[in-house]
Amino acid sequence: MNWSSILSSSIGKKIVMAVTGLFLISFLLVHMGVNACIFKDLFDPTDNGDMFNRAADYMGKTALIRIMEVVLFAGFFVHIIQGLILEWENRNKRKKGYAVNLGNKGSKWYSRSMGLLGTILLLFLILHWWHFWIPSRFTHAGLENPILLSNNRVSHDMFKLMTVTFSEWWVVVVYVLACISLAYHLLHGFQSAFRTLGLSNTRYIKLINALGVAYSVIVPLVFALMPISMKMGWVGF
Amino acid sequence: MEHKNINLTLKVWKQKNGQSQGRFETYLVNDISTEMSFLEMFDVLNERLIKEGKEPIAFDHDCREGICGMCSMYINGRPHGPWEGTTTCQLHMRAFKDGETIVVEPWRANAFPVLKDLMVDRSSFDRIIQAGGFISVNTGNAVDANAMPVEKDKADASFAAAACIGCGACVAACKNSSAMLFLSAKVTHLALLPQGSPERKTRALNMIAQMDKEGFGACTNTGACEAVCPKEISITNIARLNQEYLYAGLTADK
Repeated sequence: MNWSSILSSSIGKKIVMAVTGLFLISFLLVHMGVNACIFKDLFDPTDNGDMFNRAADYMGKTALIRIMEVVLFAGFFVHIIQGLILEWENRNKRKKGYAVNLGNKGSKWYSRSMGLLGTILLLFLILHWWHFWIPSRFTHAGLENPILLSNNRVSHDMFKLMTVTFSEWWVVVVYVLACISLAYHLLHGFQSAFRTLGLSNTRYIKLINALGVAYSVIVPLVFALMPISMKMGWVGF
Repeated sequence: MEHKNINLTLKVWKQKNGQSQGRFETYLVNDISTEMSFLEMFDVLNERLIKEGKEPIAFDHDCREGICGMCSMYINGRPHGPWEGTTTCQLHMRAFKDGETIVVEPWRANAFPVLKDLMVDRSSFDRIIQAGGFISVNTGNAVDANAMPVEKDKADASFAAAACIGCGACVAACKNSSAMLFLSAKVTHLALLPQGSPERKTRALNMIAQMDKEGFGACTNTGACEAVCPKEISITNIARLNQEYLYAGLTADK
């Protein structure tokens, strides 16, 4: 057994999915933390996104974060490609299906729909990059007027880009639906990743299950509240 | 329990051999005692078909007491029928209502090709066992049974895993047609005992390699296997198999 045959076996592929999945889960926490700075506006109406823009500016100028950005893209790429390959391969293991299906009698619908939920998230990701990542890195569309931050650095007004983007109803609806998909994707993925990495200790499985449910509810909820708060005018100028 | 006779409509998968197409055939069976097992109901139907000069329905069975793992019917969308923790031979007709229609299909998986009607070829399981489901034992006098101490909890967990009869219900229920619950039971059974330690690493690596070669899918931890297992093998064993595989993959010499 060499490395490639171990990593390309059925368990090996799942280990790759689990490791990249947990990496993306850790990224979500950072992403949520930075973006939650917009909520300072709720407590301090004079903030106008200054705290969030400072956080975004910090992320953009820090070398380590920029290196991690490349690693993050690699993580996304491997997780998506491997996930699609696995879904395709697994589906082809039963050429002739059943007339009556087991359905929900043995497993949860979202556990069986990771490929579908993941594909929805991929489509959302493309839209999300087009909305924010590509303008901030390359085109600067909607970011033409730099602002002076309270720490005396000149930066893009990402907060303004957010408020403009989330002023449209369809965008808010799409983002909320994506957050619901993310919640169900995590509800299975969080605990499944640990099982794939060999966590068989009953005590820890209970802990991981509880953590998984909490994570899958809280993180997508906080993300979903961002477009909602901006559309409703709770957060903004 | 109240005894009565019921009438049923059966929709059974009929297929001449592995090459032919196959289709559902409908049979009306009358006056079936609720005390009968599901297989006995098929016996009654087959005897009638033979008397009528028709082809009987081919199905696998052997011990008829839930330990051989031969009976393998996918009944109304569930392997081994509606009851939990039972094989088809232990399923009794009192599980069904008078006038009910029952759909019976063979296990569906590329790795379990249909031989005839409800019979599938499960020799892929045998080849997985041959790849690593064994231990080395010295010849000579039998060793004293109590010479090797085993922790009680581990012995119990090993024994629970050893209850796997290799019927293939886990594969039949899994959306990926994965044999991971079967493998995990076999690996756990040996990995928790000192007798299993000599081949510990090669066992996990070789059995998984054979499973992949046979055309089973990868595990996505949906839990359908555990829900339908007639021997109630826990999905925790799959996590243990993953652990064994990861350990072997990281530390095996070659």
